[in-house]
Amino acid sequence: MSALLQLDKATIRFGGLTAVSELDLQVGCNELVGLIGPNGAGKTTAFNLITGVYQPTAGGIAFDGSSIVGRKPCQITARGIARTFQNIRLFSSLSVFDNVRAVFHLHLRGDVRQALWRGRAFEREEKSIADRVMELLEIFQLGRFRHEPARSLSYGDQRRLEIVRALAAQPKLLLLDEPAAGMNSTEKVELTRLIRFIREKFSIAVLLVEHDMQLVMGICERLVVLDYGLKIAEGTPEEIRQNPKVIAAYLGE
Amino acid sequence: MNLRHAKTVLLGAIALSLVASLFSRHISGYPLFVAYNIGISLIMAVSLNLINGYTGQFSLGHAGFMAVGAYSSAVITNHFGDLNVFAANAVFTFALLAGGLAAALAGLLVGVPTLRLRGDYLAIVTLGFGEIIRVILQNMEAVGGARGLSVTHGWTNLFWTFGLAAVTVYVVAALVNSTYGRGFIAVRDDEVAAEAMGINSTKYKVTAFAVGAFFAGIAGGLYAHAIQFLTPNGFGFMLSIAYVVMVILGGMGNTIGVILAAILLTLLPEGLRMLADIEHLPGIAGSRPLSWVENTRMIIYSLLLIVLMLTRPQGLFTLRRRSR
Repeated sequence: MSALLQLDKATIRFGGLTAVSELDLQVGCNELVGLIGPNGAGKTTAFNLITGVYQPTAGGIAFDGSSIVGRKPCQITARGIARTFQNIRLFSSLSVFDNVRAVFHLHLRGDVRQALWRGRAFEREEKSIADRVMELLEIFQLGRFRHEPARSLSYGDQRRLEIVRALAAQPKLLLLDEPAAGMNSTEKVELTRLIRFIREKFSIAVLLVEHDMQLVMGICERLVVLDYGLKIAEGTPEEIRQNPKVIAAYLGE
Repeated sequence: MNLRHAKTVLLGAIALSLVASLFSRHISGYPLFVAYNIGISLIMAVSLNLINGYTGQFSLGHAGFMAVGAYSSAVITNHFGDLNVFAANAVFTFALLAGGLAAALAGLLVGVPTLRLRGDYLAIVTLGFGEIIRVILQNMEAVGGARGLSVTHGWTNLFWTFGLAAVTVYVVAALVNSTYGRGFIAVRDDEVAAEAMGINSTKYKVTAFAVGAFFAGIAGGLYAHAIQFLTPNGFGFMLSIAYVVMVILGGMGNTIGVILAAILLTLLPEGLRMLADIEHLPGIAGSRPLSWVENTRMIIYSLLLIVLMLTRPQGLFTLRRRSR
């Protein structure tokens, strides 16, 4: 069985700078893979390549069997990849409820005309969506905030909301971009639990970019290490921990 | 916003405007025209609110769409001589729709090339577009060019004006207050995040422009058949600004606020004019003691706007925290 996500010598150059160079990356269904490396290694750029924000200069990116090169971000999300952002990007003027609800348009069966006509079918579907949004919010203990504007939540709750919002897209692959940034150790323990829970309950694959080594080593099944746009190592946390190239990249030579 | 009874309210409003229309058969002149102006401003402001307020696309060319609708509908109705009531209403319906569709087409023409522009650049391009329409009309001899176009039939009445205003409010509100409609606001708040959540920002922006322009075109048609004389210069940049002010004053993305702002700002110049016409004030000698208001009307208007923007930039009518 081929991998869910497959990068094949994916490369992107910005003028003279090669941000990601010939990256081979695979994520299988329900796998939990970590993408690590020093700052500037190209991790977020790799995310942007996968989600269609950037087009690769060379190489291929395939998801669920078909190529996604050249597809727009909204199309790629519709195919089953959802992400969170390094600096939280919620819809600030919308409520917590609406932030999640907005994503449910992906699953709308009616169309715009239904919204105008407002018949029984429309009301039924809106009710069903509202129920599903509340269900998601409740699972992650955000239900009581549902009418609050998203920007009024605490930092940790905002991060959680962003993950919930991504899950609303019903993805097969979830990309988490530094989800632990700015968290204290208690929150990080909670986050670890959360990621494990998500992966189990929703049966999705997770690709995680993170700087906190303890978190990453503790949770990921496999690690891919980038440095200056190149993959320098790949393996289990044990193998990576002892890899001299990785140590050199982080500590400098 | 809960729209459970939206359709009932819409039908009620249309019925009310029909009744008002029948009763106003014998009123004519200036007060009636002010009433039409309120309805037309309502349609313009609410439709612009969809583009500027809800979708965050700062458009400064809304008067251009109005012009397209005004001229298109006038050209159609001018073909007909005197008609009986039924035929007149039929033709008027057709002409208004045609004007709206022509304006919607113009909206698409503006919306598509401006997709990648933000903020100031988008504002300038839409402004330019409004000017392009004005200049084209000015040089189109077929519609009178700079000399203007006479509109034969004064078919606008309270029913059409407020009936269509109710429809506009309904359409914009119904559109935005749905799961689909949350997408407009998502695009405004964070376009990159919206795209990442599967929201096709291109489609939403273009839809906002097309729908907004459509109703501006309808407003134009109503205007044409009320004032019965059109000039290209009547649809310039300043008119676009007037509607943008209504949207900002009402609170960008607050339909009820924008409705109130549109009514207020349409009545304000009239109110000032009435002030200027007051014959006598107790304790002050001479007639028309406030006549200076007439000359300083625009200054007062502008000062009021400055004060409002300084004290309540979120809009006059934003009642609660914006979590719509």
